[in-house]
Amino acid sequence: VILLSFIGHPEIFPLVFTTKTQEIFNCRVDEDVTEENCFKLIKKEDIIQDLKTRATISDFHPIKKVVLEYPGEELLVVFDAKFQYGQNFYFVASEEAKENLLKPPETAEEKEEEKEEENREETLEVHPYKPPVHKPWVSLGSEKEVEEESVKDTITKIKYMISRVRRKFGAPITFTDKNASHVKDSYVECTSYQDKTYSIKMLEKNVGIQMVPKLREASTQTKWTYPKNAATQYFPRQLSSEEKEESLSSEKLKEFLTSVHLRMEIALQQNEIMNAFFDDWKALAEDESSSGGKPDVYLKAYQSFTDLRHLKDRTISWVCWHPTIYGIIAVSAGERLSYEEQVNLSDKSLLQQSVILFWSFFDPIHPQLMLECPEDIYCFQFSPSDPNIIAGGCINGQVILWDISQHEEKLQNAKTVADGIEITAVNMVNASILNMLEYIYMLWGKMGEEPPLVRYCAVSSIQYSHEKPVTDIHWLPDYFEDNRMGATFENRAETCVQLVTCSPDGSVLFWDIPATKLPEQPSSEKVKEEETFYVPPDVPDTSKHPDVCWKPLIKINLRESDTNIEYGPIRISLKELHYHSKPSEKVQSLNALEVPAKESPYTEMSIPSSKNLKVLENISTDFFVGTEDGEIVYSDWEMEIHSDSAKPVSQKHAQKYIIHTETINTLQRSPFFKDIILSVGGRNFAIWREGVTNGPILQSSCSAGRYTAGQWSLTRPGVFFIGRDDGNIDIWDILKKTHEPSHLQNISKSTITFISPWTASPNQHFLAVSDDLGVLHVWEICQPLSHPSSNEDANVLDYFEREVKYLK
Amino acid sequence: GIPIRTTLDNSTTVQYAGLLQQLTMKARSTVRDIDPQNDLTFLRIRSKKHEIMVAPDKEYLLIVIQNPCE
Repeated sequence: VILLSFIGHPEIFPLVFTTKTQEIFNCRVDEDVTEENCFKLIKKEDIIQDLKTRATISDFHPIKKVVLEYPGEELLVVFDAKFQYGQNFYFVASEEAKENLLKPPETAEEKEEEKEEENREETLEVHPYKPPVHKPWVSLGSEKEVEEESVKDTITKIKYMISRVRRKFGAPITFTDKNASHVKDSYVECTSYQDKTYSIKMLEKNVGIQMVPKLREASTQTKWTYPKNAATQYFPRQLSSEEKEESLSSEKLKEFLTSVHLRMEIALQQNEIMNAFFDDWKALAEDESSSGGKPDVYLKAYQSFTDLRHLKDRTISWVCWHPTIYGIIAVSAGERLSYEEQVNLSDKSLLQQSVILFWSFFDPIHPQLMLECPEDIYCFQFSPSDPNIIAGGCINGQVILWDISQHEEKLQNAKTVADGIEITAVNMVNASILNMLEYIYMLWGKMGEEPPLVRYCAVSSIQYSHEKPVTDIHWLPDYFEDNRMGATFENRAETCVQLVTCSPDGSVLFWDIPATKLPEQPSSEKVKEEETFYVPPDVPDTSKHPDVCWKPLIKINLRESDTNIEYGPIRISLKELHYHSKPSEKVQSLNALEVPAKESPYTEMSIPSSKNLKVLENISTDFFVGTEDGEIVYSDWEMEIHSDSAKPVSQKHAQKYIIHTETINTLQRSPFFKDIILSVGGRNFAIWREGVTNGPILQSSCSAGRYTAGQWSLTRPGVFFIGRDDGNIDIWDILKKTHEPSHLQNISKSTITFISPWTASPNQHFLAVSDDLGVLHVWEICQPLSHPSSNEDANVLDYFEREVKYLK
Repeated sequence: GIPIRTTLDNSTTVQYAGLLQQLTMKARSTVRDIDPQNDLTFLRIRSKKHEIMVAPDKEYLLIVIQNPCE
């Protein structure tokens, strides 16, 4: 049975009518019912009858229920010729539908269906409005449900009536107790029992817990153990020699040694192969810092000093830093002479007074101090033991001494003066006009002010000095002194008292410092001294020209032993001059010296008797000399006492090297290695090692320009600076490159005349460079150039060793 | 420990012997505490200035003091 509810016809039930059924109900196909006349009304009673007789065979069996429920008398069966609903007949289950199908039979089947649909679905069709008419209520079967749901009494209620005698109401009542358990059956109890079928296992139980600290007093007594000397052993147990012998020869010892020696050998070999004490971590860090990129700046310009009044048209011949006071640098100015003029000094006219100027970092315009010089000073040096004594060599061969102890304080306070000026400048904004004028006047006054002039306090006698300009001057170190005989003696006073000078006239002179201050009571011994002379205390007032002689102590003529040709030394370098390697220590000792010493130590000086001092035998007396012809000569000054005559003979054998083509302008020992010397001259430079007689260990190739100055760096053993005639400085780093400079820096436009490095503090390294125009440039050496890398000492030394080996 | 044969001076030897003996005992007991099957074969102490090498045995002790090779 296809449920037509799916296709919108809930009241249509398709049926199959067999021929038997058709005969019974007179709805035979094509006889009673045809396509046009397809409706057949069958009485309900007939259907029911049929159902009873034929039961399941009846065609109406599937719709039995529908039939029984059918309200009407007659049921409509429609012949479905086209099998619209799937079977040949269909049965209409509702009166309404029946009516609809029967009433308008003329219309086509489709239209009727449509209409049925429409009626069921309540579509909009225009019907004239008829007010709803009361229709009798049609039961649709819901009263059955209502009936089922309604509650009815199933049985009649029971009525009870309870009565009591009237007189019993309101009477006093007496209660009594009775134990229920005594009377049988007075109560019913329901005892609990363990039901085996039902059990819950308690898995979780909520329990509350409170912790209460238990206070308990307890005490202990410890035994104080203090160390008590139980026994003292004051010499170690030792085996007697027989016992030692015995154990030495025992078998056990032999076994032990055989088993152990292998391990020990391995360990020792390991140590041989590798240096176990090498700190890789530290080495790594230093490599990093040095190799990290090429720094662009090696030298930073710090300051420039020039003075128009004194240095106009002058060249600076020598630059020297003040050994103790920070920021003071002294320059000596000289005439700019061409070579011929230099040779013929007599033609030179002194237009301007020669001076040595002191500059301070804090005042780049005004020199702090001026030292008067009778002639142009070619070279000068501060005394290492007392920086107030300055010795200089003149262009005419004389040696001059200055004492600037009066101005020492001023130099030290140079900084504060500069600060003072700055501070007032700041306050200018608030000052009144009057103050401003005062200030300007002061400044103007200062500008016009000449720096204090210091006269020399000693000058050597012309006869005994050099005949040509003094080109190099050095203070001898403070621990030995020479005497006339050339033997070196211990110097107890720890002050530098001797000078050595050299000049192109072929001689090297050793000088003793004369006493410069008058003692309180001139002692008779002092008067007898020929070499000392006195200058009155207030030096500037003196009109008397000192002409009491100051003679040199020793004179050495440098001449070639066989040919007797004189050399013309320009620069000299003694082995024992090594102040520079430890400037800080010297500074400390100098400071210590300065404070208590009110008097200059020179007042008490007298020539010590030679008996009490010991002869220093192991001081080396060798020296290098650079000559004006470009030769390097190696010799020593110790005088031999000729066996035949008592006359001392100077000079032993000398070695001569010709490497440079022009005059040597620099001959300097490395501040780190006492036997390494740098010589600069002409168009090349060379590095020598004392003791290596084959030649220089490094020689540079000829360069385009002339090298005019050279200095070792004070902080890095493999670095040195070379100045050129085009105003450039070549910075050479032996460890990086040996065929060309590692860096070039342009300093000025004119020839570099002198270079002087200085370490003012561990972080501040300066390089003072002077040029031909009279300008002093101070440059700051940047960190990569001033800080040595690790093992640089060792590396440079290695390099030199290699070079030496290579030479051989 | 009692020194039998030495190339150093007496006082230094005695000092080294005594101190290193104790250290070796300690080192050996440490090694054996961690693993009883193990035993100390060689002890090397590197300091800034020297390297001390100790080879222990049941009864004897061989001590070598070396300067670093520069």
